[in-house]
Order: sequence, then C-alpha cells, then structure tokens
Amino acid sequence: MKICVCVKHVPDTAATIKIEGDAGFKDSEIKFVVNPYDEYGIEEAVKLAEKNGGEVVIVTVGKPEADATIRSALAMGAERGILVTTDSQFLDATLTAKALKAAMEKDGLPDLIFTGKGSVDSETFQTQYRLAGYLGVPVVNEVSKLTVDGGNAVAELEVGGGDKQVIEMKLPCVIGATKGLNEPRYPKFPDIMKAKKKKIDQMSLADLGIDAAARAVTLEKLEPVPERSGAKMIEGSVEEQVTELIRVLKEDEKVL
Amino acid sequence: MARTGILIETENGTVKDTSLGVMTAAQGQEIIALVTGADPSALKDKLAEYGAAKIVKLSASGGDVTASPDLLAEALAAAVREFDLTALLGTASAAGKDLFARLAAAMDLPLVSDCVALDVEAKTAKKSHFSGKTFATLKVDANVFLATVRPNAIEAKPAPAAGETAEFSADVTDPGKLVIKEVKKGDSDKIDLTEAPIIITGGRAIKAAENYKMLEDCAAKMGAAVGASRAAVDAGYAPHSMQVGQTGKTVSPRLYIACGVSGAVQHFAGMKTSKVIVAINEDKDAPIFAKCDYGIVGDIFEVVPVLTEKL
Repeated sequence: MKICVCVKHVPDTAATIKIEGDAGFKDSEIKFVVNPYDEYGIEEAVKLAEKNGGEVVIVTVGKPEADATIRSALAMGAERGILVTTDSQFLDATLTAKALKAAMEKDGLPDLIFTGKGSVDSETFQTQYRLAGYLGVPVVNEVSKLTVDGGNAVAELEVGGGDKQVIEMKLPCVIGATKGLNEPRYPKFPDIMKAKKKKIDQMSLADLGIDAAARAVTLEKLEPVPERSGAKMIEGSVEEQVTELIRVLKEDEKVL
Repeated sequence: MARTGILIETENGTVKDTSLGVMTAAQGQEIIALVTGADPSALKDKLAEYGAAKIVKLSASGGDVTASPDLLAEALAAAVREFDLTALLGTASAAGKDLFARLAAAMDLPLVSDCVALDVEAKTAKKSHFSGKTFATLKVDANVFLATVRPNAIEAKPAPAAGETAEFSADVTDPGKLVIKEVKKGDSDKIDLTEAPIIITGGRAIKAAENYKMLEDCAAKMGAAVGASRAAVDAGYAPHSMQVGQTGKTVSPRLYIACGVSGAVQHFAGMKTSKVIVAINEDKDAPIFAKCDYGIVGDIFEVVPVLTEKL
C-alpha cells in the first residue's frame, strides 16, 4: 500500500511573528516545524505501513527551507519525500491542492492520503477537500479514529457538540487527522540520522505546469491581533471579589 | 442590489443566534436565507427581523440534504445558480466548516473560512492567521464569494425585511462517496463549545474529572458551555471535545472565564478573540493575567462556588 501524507512547513506556534511591510512576515529568525495536525497523519500512515507493509511518502508544497520539515517527517518513519517549491509561505488553497495532486500523479497515485485537519499558519481548513475534489475521491476531516481494512476505510469524527459520526468510504480517500487519532512518536537520534539519507525529490510549481500568479485569494494585509495590556485585578475577600466581578461584567461590559 | 445567500443553522426548530450574526455581516445586500430541515414558516418572524428578503426551504431530488454533507453541498451549488447569488455565507461551526469546504471544492471557487469580519460587496474578509497571533485581510477574486463566519464574532443587529417564504428543490443526487454508519450522541443537553456565548474553562488546577461538576453548576447559571485546557485534557480530566486552544477548538464567546488556566500561547490561540476574558488563578504570576481583561487571584475551589451562588 502506498500512503501519501501532505505536510506543511509552518512557524512554530510559540514563535513571535514580526510583520514586514503590508502583508509579509520575517521568517528568517523564527523556527519552523511540521504543522502540528499533520503529525497525527504521519504517525497513522507509518503505523499502517508497519502493520500492513507499504510505503509512506511525504508531499509538501512550500519554500525550499521546507526541506528541513520533510526531514522531521522522515525521521518519524516515512520512506521519502517530495517538495514542490514556491517562493511564498502563502499560496492559495486551490493552487496548493493542484500542486499536491500533480506531484502525486507524477509519482504514482497513492491508495490513501493523510493531511492534518488544517494548518496553524493560514488556517484555511480546505486544502484536503480540494485535493479530494480534484482527485474525485472521498474526504473526511477531523478524524480521531480510523480503521483501514481491504479496500475500505472507516473513520470516526467529531461533528460538533461532542457528537461523533462513523463514516465508511472506499479507498483511495483523503483523511484529515486530528488529536485523538494517535500519539505522534518522538524520533530518536538514529531515526534523525537515517532521515538525513532519505530521498527528497524537488520540483517547482512551474515544473508541474502550475502558475503561482493564478491565485484567486490575495493576502492584502497582516496585522497583529491586539494584545490585552494586562488584567485589571479585582482585590478584596472572595465575597468582595466575586461581587465586583459580577458588577463589572453586568454593568461595564454588559456581557452577563 | 447584489444577492447574498445565508445558510441558516437551526436547533430545536429555532434559528441559532450565530446565524443571525452571519446575516448581519451581509446587511445592505438582498438576503436569501436558506433553510434545511426546519419548517421555514416557523422561522419566518426571526429571519425577517434580521434582514431576510426571502426564506427558502432547500431540498434535493436525490435524497435528504440533512443526512449527507456532499449532497447538501451539491444542493447549495444549485441554489447559488438558481438565485443568482454573488455570495454565500455560513457559520464556521464544525458542520459549517466541513460543508463549505465541500461546496468550495465542488464549485472550484475560493473560500475564506472562519472570518471575524467581512465586506461582501468588496469581497474582502478578515481572519486569524498564525494561531490567533495576527489577522489577515484577504481579497477574493471570484464571481461568487464563499465565506464562513466565526460564531459570535459579529454581533447580530435587526434590519427588518420582507421575509417571503419559498421552496427550492435542487435536481441533484448524492455523489455517494461517504456512508454514514452511525451517529454517536454526546451530551446533547450541553451547549456546543464553539458556538457558546459564554464559556467557563477549567485548567490543570481542576485536579480531577469530577471537579468539572463545579464548573457545570456555574455554567448552568450563565447559559455557558464548559471548556478545558490542554493540560487538563492530557491529564485525563476532560475529553478532547472540550479542549480549547491549538489542537482543540477555537472559540470567540462574549465572555470567557478561565479557571486555573496558566495561559500558554497555544491556549490563547483558541480564545484570544473572545470579547471579555476573566482569569481566576491561585498564582498571581500566572502568564494569563498579563493577557486578560479581569483577574482574581484565588483558589478556584473557593471563588467559583461563590460565583455560582451570586449569579
């Protein structure tokens, strides 16, 4: 079985984002990591391949520096990687999905595709659906439990309010992974060393016949979300504190 | 006047408040409210009050649209064509985000997911980037503007309109790619976390799963939902479905009360756009106090019961 895992190269969520110009950010000083949700997809793919045999291929659309992120994914047990290079962190979801599809077609279509439920940088929550749409295969997102048996996959996903759905579909399909699916492994030193020797094929968007200028969504502006300047502390006995809190929330803020 | 469709979410036969906020985002447009499942005549007064020129019950010839997200996406695509919509908006609830992504893929149109503000005329939207650290303003170049709005991010304001009712049965069939085998009901009497107007969250300091009862009692007095921090979920005190923050849910209530939550950046990623944030924590140096609106230094097991009593 061939499994592709789509992995995004994103700033560490603990990193401070320094905005440059209208819509840029300084990416040279911050740490980039495997998109946290994608780790659940990598782990699930590697576990399936360990159990049933098969090959796990990491597919990334990103800047050339994303090479390091693919190496991290390879250290978790994937076989090899494909990097489709772009010159911007923000390609729109349509072009990203087209690039993922084209790269997979060139390499040979997989039996199963994993993505994370979304990326923590652009938070668009749609690339997996578009990839599935272009490939004409089923897609489910926010999957927290998965069984793959023969040509079928059965996924459990949360649908809001704590309710869960159990959905069956045929392979190939696209699975958007989230927390609960598994515990992603921490690569050990020998795994990291081994990953350095694994193969990563590199190609550009243009090599795949995709025009980066054909985007339908443009990032016009980035601005910091206003930070609160520190809490107004409510003092006194517990009784006094609570009475004052309720007063403030009712009378000043009008939120109670 | 350009025509904007709004997919209305309902609960127990009434319009969810979050959908009224989505309608407010489209004020100034001719609003077509699209309803599935519920009886449109029962929703008429509310939807007309908040700006619906027309209320359309949407169905499909190929089956029950409420039972298949792929079928509903096809039916919505047909409605966009039928009513000549230049925009279609929905709620960024769990179901709404999934549905609009399917719709966008089916129509091969751009989609802005989880907006906190938008301009339907200009086709621009503001949304979170980098886990709540920045807002991005995005401009969409397409004939039809698709977007979902973060629950409670836009306050609902009345703007009365005609509210004529109609029906539209789309001639579409289910692509049949997904078979829903089972729906496992959670605690259905609880308010959904992502859509709750008020949330009270317990962090690591809650110390045990059974202590969430204290927060539930308090929540019941405020019409609030109960959340948990990642530390509390990882310690096994609460299920993942209650987790707020990165790897959990993103919420934007008008009031967020964090009890015994230290205030990690990953937690803020999921609740930073709340209108008012209150923290109750024993540790006066807890990072959360630097980034919230009101703070009480105290033991949550002493403060919360008094709060419940006085509400």
